[in-house]
Amino acid sequence: MADEKDAAAGATPPGGAKPGPPVGSPPMTPLEPATGATPAAQPYGRSNTIGPGVASATGARPAAGESAGVSRRSFMKWSLPVGWVAFSAACASSLVATARFLFPNVLFEPPQSFKAGFPGEYNVGEVDVRWKDAYGVWIVRNAEGFYALIAVCTHLGCSPNWLPAENKFKCPCHGSGFYMTGVNFEGPAPRPLERARIVLADDGQILVDKSVKFQSEKGEWTKSEAFLKV
Amino acid sequence: MPDTSKTPFLSRTWDYITETQIWRSIFRHGMPANNRNRVLVVMSNVFLHLHPVKIRKSGIRLKFTWCMGGLTFFLFLVETFTGLLLMFYYRPTVAYAYMDIIDLAEQVPLGIMREIHRWGAHAMVITVWLHMFRVFMTGSYKPPREFNWNVGVILLVLTLLLSFTGYLLPWDQLAIWAITVGSNMARATPVLGHEGPGSQLLALGDVKMVHAGSDARFALLGGRFVGEGALLRFYVLHCVGIPLVAGILMAVHFWRVRKDGGISGPL
Repeated sequence: MADEKDAAAGATPPGGAKPGPPVGSPPMTPLEPATGATPAAQPYGRSNTIGPGVASATGARPAAGESAGVSRRSFMKWSLPVGWVAFSAACASSLVATARFLFPNVLFEPPQSFKAGFPGEYNVGEVDVRWKDAYGVWIVRNAEGFYALIAVCTHLGCSPNWLPAENKFKCPCHGSGFYMTGVNFEGPAPRPLERARIVLADDGQILVDKSVKFQSEKGEWTKSEAFLKV
Repeated sequence: MPDTSKTPFLSRTWDYITETQIWRSIFRHGMPANNRNRVLVVMSNVFLHLHPVKIRKSGIRLKFTWCMGGLTFFLFLVETFTGLLLMFYYRPTVAYAYMDIIDLAEQVPLGIMREIHRWGAHAMVITVWLHMFRVFMTGSYKPPREFNWNVGVILLVLTLLLSFTGYLLPWDQLAIWAITVGSNMARATPVLGHEGPGSQLLALGDVKMVHAGSDARFALLGGRFVGEGALLRFYVLHCVGIPLVAGILMAVHFWRVRKDGGISGPL
């Protein structure tokens, strides 16, 4: 750091980075010759050390046992990258946390799976609409067993209605029609309704789980949990 | 003191007003009777300074601009004002929203306030399209105005989003299913929608990270379907979020018109 010394710093003896008097102390007096600072302790004499000028004493303390202070250049050399990395990391993590804020932990919605009573409560050949309002699911009982149709139109996601007189599901939004099996036959719907997982729970009740879906066009309706045999 | 006996009363009053400290602290220029003062009027006013100091004679011809940009801004102000008034009565919850809209028409004084807001919104979409059409037909998107064209495109999208979010607030069957249909498009968002391309890539083993409870649509609706969360989110976006961004971009838009050389000349 000797190369950075200007004329004023030249008054500082070798090892001139030694600390000066504490801030706020009276001007340097001969009472402290051991610190190595000259009585002339100029305010501008330490431009190459931390805490230049009048605050020259803040950067280094005798108690720390340092024989030489950290030069501004070497301080900047590691502190700038570290500082920027820390700042960037703080900004990035704040961004992620803010984005996460948009995703609630608790939903005040009906659960995805529910128990739908005992198999004996359903009539063969009927579409049961009792769970439609609460859970968006029709349970159909045919001769072999049960399947659960999800009441979301495969066209654009409206809720169709079961029309018993016409023996079909009809969507009020754009007129898509589905057979009792869920297969589409009229209107713009491009594929059959989806079926939900339907099994028997331990207590003998029907358990419907909407989070597991079976799509006809993928050949999934033949899977075991897409249909509950009785 | 000048001889006041010969000057008319109004002139004397005007002179008195314009010499008060209040007046002189607000207006730091004389009457805009010469070019220098006209420039000062524009430069020293925060609202006017967004506009060009001078424009071409053709620029004020109705035939050239159709005044569509200005009309769009005017309608935005209308929507801001009427929307603010509607906010005094409307509560964005499933229990209240629909009945509050009915009450706004049938019980609140000046029941057409909501209709003004609604028709103003329709008109704003029309004028913003016509403004875009005019800018396109006059070639005003060309350099040096290509940046401002892009700002305008974003403003167009924000206008449509304002309409989309406002559509849900009446909370009737039309609103709920329209937003259901509209927001279902977000399922197909690339990577971030659970039915979109690339969403399978974000998975930890068998556990999908992008599913119906964590995708873009879920963040938009605050739930798996259009319910309480969606109503509140759309309300906040409609009343605060989008208008704030649109307001900032409008300031940029108007200011750039000036910086890019004012309204473009005829072809």
